[in-house]
Amino acid sequence: MSILVIAEHDNQLLNSATLNTVAAATQLGDDIHVLVAGSGAQAVAQAAGAVAGVSKVLHADGESLANGLAENMCAQVLGIASNYSHILFPATSAGKNVAPRVAAKLDVAQISDIIAIVSADTFKRPIYAGNAIATVESSDAQKVITVRTTAFDPQAAEGGNAAVESIAAVADAGSSRFVGREVAHSDRPELSGAAVVVTGGRGLGNAENFKLLEPLADKLGAALGASRAAVDAGYAPNDWQVGQTGKIVAPQLYLAFGVSGAIQHLAGMKDSKVIVAINKDPEAPIFGVADYGLVADLFDVLPELTNAL
Amino acid sequence: MKVLVPVKRVVDFNVKVRVKSDQSNVDIANVKMSMNPFDEIAVEEAIRLKENSVVSEVIAVSCGTASCQETLRTAMAIGADRSVLVQTDAELQPLAVAKLLKAVVDKEQPQLVILGKQAIDDDANQTGQMLAALLDWPQATFASKVEVNGDRVEVTREVDGGLETISLALPAVVTTDLRLNEPRYVTLPNIMRAKKKPLEVITPEEAGVDVTPRLKTLKVEEPPQRSAGIIVPDVATLVEKLKNEAKVI
Repeated sequence: MSILVIAEHDNQLLNSATLNTVAAATQLGDDIHVLVAGSGAQAVAQAAGAVAGVSKVLHADGESLANGLAENMCAQVLGIASNYSHILFPATSAGKNVAPRVAAKLDVAQISDIIAIVSADTFKRPIYAGNAIATVESSDAQKVITVRTTAFDPQAAEGGNAAVESIAAVADAGSSRFVGREVAHSDRPELSGAAVVVTGGRGLGNAENFKLLEPLADKLGAALGASRAAVDAGYAPNDWQVGQTGKIVAPQLYLAFGVSGAIQHLAGMKDSKVIVAINKDPEAPIFGVADYGLVADLFDVLPELTNAL
Repeated sequence: MKVLVPVKRVVDFNVKVRVKSDQSNVDIANVKMSMNPFDEIAVEEAIRLKENSVVSEVIAVSCGTASCQETLRTAMAIGADRSVLVQTDAELQPLAVAKLLKAVVDKEQPQLVILGKQAIDDDANQTGQMLAALLDWPQATFASKVEVNGDRVEVTREVDGGLETISLALPAVVTTDLRLNEPRYVTLPNIMRAKKKPLEVITPEEAGVDVTPRLKTLKVEEPPQRSAGIIVPDVATLVEKLKNEAKVI
């Protein structure tokens, strides 16, 4: 049977998390369909059709799907679910919101945040904040899965030539209503997809000092991240949070300034290729995972490092 | 209106778990257990709604072994009025828990169910959404603000890239994110008082729910260890290493 991937998008651009999810799907089968459910999202459907390995795009267009409300998205997926052996969502906030709802309606277990595919019914996923990796086998006829995007290299966005088929959008369930959105503006690369991430922790001391990270991030073309302590203290917005309960990142280079390295933070970044830690405290647990550690005052290091690059 | 708050007993968030040598699971014998941190936030939110006279009764519910009674006593010490324990020694997965919770919801008829967004042991992030699906109620996950207005609840959610606000018709399911509130400390008098609050015990059979796991855990392994790093003496050495050894800048 075919594999269904639920595209993530903002009605204008296809989110790169979709590419990682398609890449995971290619390990399960070669007939991969992508569902683009949205409002005025023709460009997204075209972009999804161009992704290498995609054989068909299903495009549902309607007001009910404009803001990705879980009730409507779930109904849209359920309408076509019976054609598929596997239904894959990226493990983003949108995917995590809808996937379990679909699974429960189908009366199957959902498999969260997979990091590897062993076979069509066996998957690896982290548990206990990444301190253990479980291999799980599903006995359900259909598998509903969320994919940890950093664990799969993105599929090429070009090279595919899939037909776009329009399907009817579901009617609005009416039980929930979108009120508004507050988007954190950023000119920097998106945190979960960035090649370099510069992160600040409580050691920065205040929100003003967090700005000291910006010149370095600009020089490296890096995204800015934060530990939970820094977010809770109001130094940084909450969508910068890296960790078990925030974003999971796996960049080429991760620079941590004034981050102690609690278990929950490490869960979000320990798959980075190279980790650099700058901390005053030589006993900080972050040094246990860092490839390069520098025991020094970050306020001295920051300007010096920025100038040296 | 009534609020139902499901709570889970998990390994304390400060404990670094070890994988058993036979790779059957993690070793949680003699490890400190406590209430899942997201569930504490859920209980706190329910209590605040009660303090603001929006809610008349808060019922805590847990599914698992007899030791989950401790977790329910904690919830009642925070302020829950009474508790229900669905007691079983069977392994419970999110779908089974959602079905058990649905049975409790059907009996208690709450207008709002507040759960944590995920448990820090299985990291599944599923139960709230599954419960909403089984009940056919609207859901608001990852809540950082909850406001009940008449027969609707307005919830601000933490999503990738910022915040979004949605409005749900009651009854509804809400799951909490970290920044929803700061749970209060339980005081000794409240712990003593909680011992006298009612705690009802039922079984999955009484609830009419088949809890057979759908996922079989074949193996639990240690994650790959990172090779030991080095401490560099100064910024110049760091830059040199990043350029020439790691080749990342």
